[in-house]
Amino acid sequence: MYVHVPSAWVAMAAYSSMAIASAMALIWKHPLADLIAKSASPIGAAFTFVCLVTGSLWGKPMWGTWWVWDARLTSMLILFFLYLGHMALLNAFDDPARGMKAAAILALAGFVNVPVIKFSVDWWNTLHQPASVTRMGMPKIDPTMLLPLLLMGVGFTMFFVTLLLLRVRLEIVAAKIRSIRLTQIHGGVGVLSSGEAVN
Amino acid sequence: MGGYAGFVWWAYGVTALVMAGLVLATWRGLKTRERELKALQDMSPGRRGRSHGVAEEDV
Repeated sequence: MYVHVPSAWVAMAAYSSMAIASAMALIWKHPLADLIAKSASPIGAAFTFVCLVTGSLWGKPMWGTWWVWDARLTSMLILFFLYLGHMALLNAFDDPARGMKAAAILALAGFVNVPVIKFSVDWWNTLHQPASVTRMGMPKIDPTMLLPLLLMGVGFTMFFVTLLLLRVRLEIVAAKIRSIRLTQIHGGVGVLSSGEAVN
Repeated sequence: MGGYAGFVWWAYGVTALVMAGLVLATWRGLKTRERELKALQDMSPGRRGRSHGVAEEDV
């Protein structure tokens, strides 16, 4: 529980930040917004994977099965595929700008899945337990378990933010490399054309 | 752990592995690209090189 629940929180938070960054990229064309969305995607996918695996590991002793096509589990699996789709779309085009635009549209369309994950346990009759921390009124968990869970949640969130900042820095450096390479190519073409002109 | 130790430790193990993998991949990727960028900047007559040239000509 102490890794499964924080992983799920981070997985949804990462998708939300990715969708917000994608909206900013599409509306205001901010170059950093695209890089934030691109950086959040693999981290979110990793945490969704952790959430699915740890949930499955707990499902076996509690429910007697590794997997059921329950609304919460299925919507979480869809989130994982959305992350994979986002990463695939980013790299599917020769022009990175087109890839980022297509991925941003997918991120925004897929955002509808986030409230579905949250409320799936209320809307459908599921095997997964209903919300016990983020619910109206007091949490249903005993304080001796709630405090370490919240501490893990804070720790996972800080880990996500740190990693996101590092990955954004990585993407900025990669963009600079692309820019220099493009300048070199254009410079090379310039030299070639001037050489041809001389001949 | 009430007979659930195997499941619990596997869960912690997978989480630790994935988190370590994320950190390692990010750190290595960042360092590789930073080295590549530095090599390109040193090699190409970029903005920094040109500004140095102008400064030398001015002197």
